[in-house]
Amino acid sequence: MDVLEVKSLGKSFGGLKAVNDFSFRVEPQTVTAIIGPNGAGKTTVFNLLTGFLRPTSGHIWYGKTLLNGLSPFRIAQLKIARTFQIIRTFPGLTVLDNVVLGCLNSKGENIFGALLRTKGVRREEEASREKAVRLLELVGLSKYKDQYAINLGYGQQKLVEVARALATDAELLLLDEPMAGLSADMSIVMVNLIRNVQKSGKTILFIEHNMQVVMDISDWIFVLSYGQEIARGTSAEVQNNDRVIEAYLGRR
Amino acid sequence: MDVIFHLLIMSGIYIILALSLNLVLGYAGLFSVGHGAFYGIGAYTGAILVTRFSFPFWGELLAAACIAGFFGFVIGFPTLRLRGDYLALATFGFAVIIYSTFVNWIELTRGPLGIRGIPEVQFLSIQFKSLWSYTILVGFFVLITIFSLRRITHSAFGKVLEAIREDDLAAMAIGKNIAKFKVLAFIIGAFFAGIAGVLYAHYVTFIDPSSFVLQESFLIFSMVIFGGMGSIRGSIVGAAILVILPEALRFLGLPSEIAANLRQLIYGALIVFIINWRPEGLLGKSKDIKIEGPISLESKVNAN
Repeated sequence: MDVLEVKSLGKSFGGLKAVNDFSFRVEPQTVTAIIGPNGAGKTTVFNLLTGFLRPTSGHIWYGKTLLNGLSPFRIAQLKIARTFQIIRTFPGLTVLDNVVLGCLNSKGENIFGALLRTKGVRREEEASREKAVRLLELVGLSKYKDQYAINLGYGQQKLVEVARALATDAELLLLDEPMAGLSADMSIVMVNLIRNVQKSGKTILFIEHNMQVVMDISDWIFVLSYGQEIARGTSAEVQNNDRVIEAYLGRR
Repeated sequence: MDVIFHLLIMSGIYIILALSLNLVLGYAGLFSVGHGAFYGIGAYTGAILVTRFSFPFWGELLAAACIAGFFGFVIGFPTLRLRGDYLALATFGFAVIIYSTFVNWIELTRGPLGIRGIPEVQFLSIQFKSLWSYTILVGFFVLITIFSLRRITHSAFGKVLEAIREDDLAAMAIGKNIAKFKVLAFIIGAFFAGIAGVLYAHYVTFIDPSSFVLQESFLIFSMVIFGGMGSIRGSIVGAAILVILPEALRFLGLPSEIAANLRQLIYGALIVFIINWRPEGLLGKSKDIKIEGPISLESKVNAN
């Protein structure tokens, strides 16, 4: 279990400082939230952490590994997985295949392994399939496993994405607005899932606008506004912070 | 009877071409419209090696396939960041360059004069002299191609290619080195197209640049679209239909100029028809709902 430690992270797009001097730590097996008004730079932070964007300044450490400049697939291989704000399942593949793809299939993904289909390759296929079915049971979608992902509802596809991220055996999960667009009962499913994932020993960093959920499940909260950190603390501390209230509701 | 063997041989060659393009286009979703270039590279490499250096068939075949595969890398690597229509344009440009090379590098290819006198195949101490024996040889390579591509597309490797087609960013986010997979798809596709080229060169015994014009690339492209992207059976059926149907025109007794133009017309009409009637292609996968009854809007999960 590694600590994610971000030191004075910065990202500029031309003259715009999307993220400015943002430092934070995510302790193992905790649930940490990043909140803030729209355009505060939350998703940019996620993109920087996962290699989809390169930081203009600062350092991102995961344990003893410096993540700066690594490509997204390398970061994923370090057991950091993410979901996306706008769902990115593989729409034309079955739900099962979506999750199987998350697994590490190093033998079958080798071209010679694929051609020869040795016993080891077949065993790996079987193991990935079993693991995927287990994860689909965990998120409650096993009966849709042979369905194309595109035919599932929005909320269900969000769950597929979480299952796919879990299939990578990630220890740190980055969830970008997991509650957005979910119905009331679906939100309960997602909250329970996040709690269960934490209980199983994983670390969660998430972006969310649903304050009820944020306050309920987060151990620690960071508040961003215009790329700048304006507050940090437990839910009680953040809720009563004047700068946070100002950022969300405006000046009194 | 000879006509039937001729159609079988040509269908076989185009089945290999369509299958190999299908890996790139149908599975990985990379819009490559220059597949004929690899076909030509394979044919020329084979022809040059056998006429000038009297390579044995297997050596020539392997060398031609590998050189075609190398060119797959040459086009695949620099176009890694391109997608959709931009990639189509780049591969189109590549096909134009290869064609001009065939025409203009006289010392190597003899330009428009072409290479003639490509001998019949001698392989495993059998002389493939008659049409029927050559049909069997082509059939053998068709089977090898089908077998290999089935293995590849059913493997985890093939699944990653499909993931790249569906959403390449998401594929990266789950740890797949998509650059490696894209380039490999190009290399494998080109490798098999190279084999098709060698088989063609030995069959017609004379090749010149006119066999590898851009229409050839579009024809292979049409076969994949017509049969269904991402379907092995689709590519086989698509290639066979698009080879055999225009040949059937011969039996109508039309004058040759009209028949040649009619061919292009038929390809066009078939594509327009299939795109409207079955956009996923003749045997392509439909994404319709698989299970019976309506899907409940949200799934319910227990708290633990």
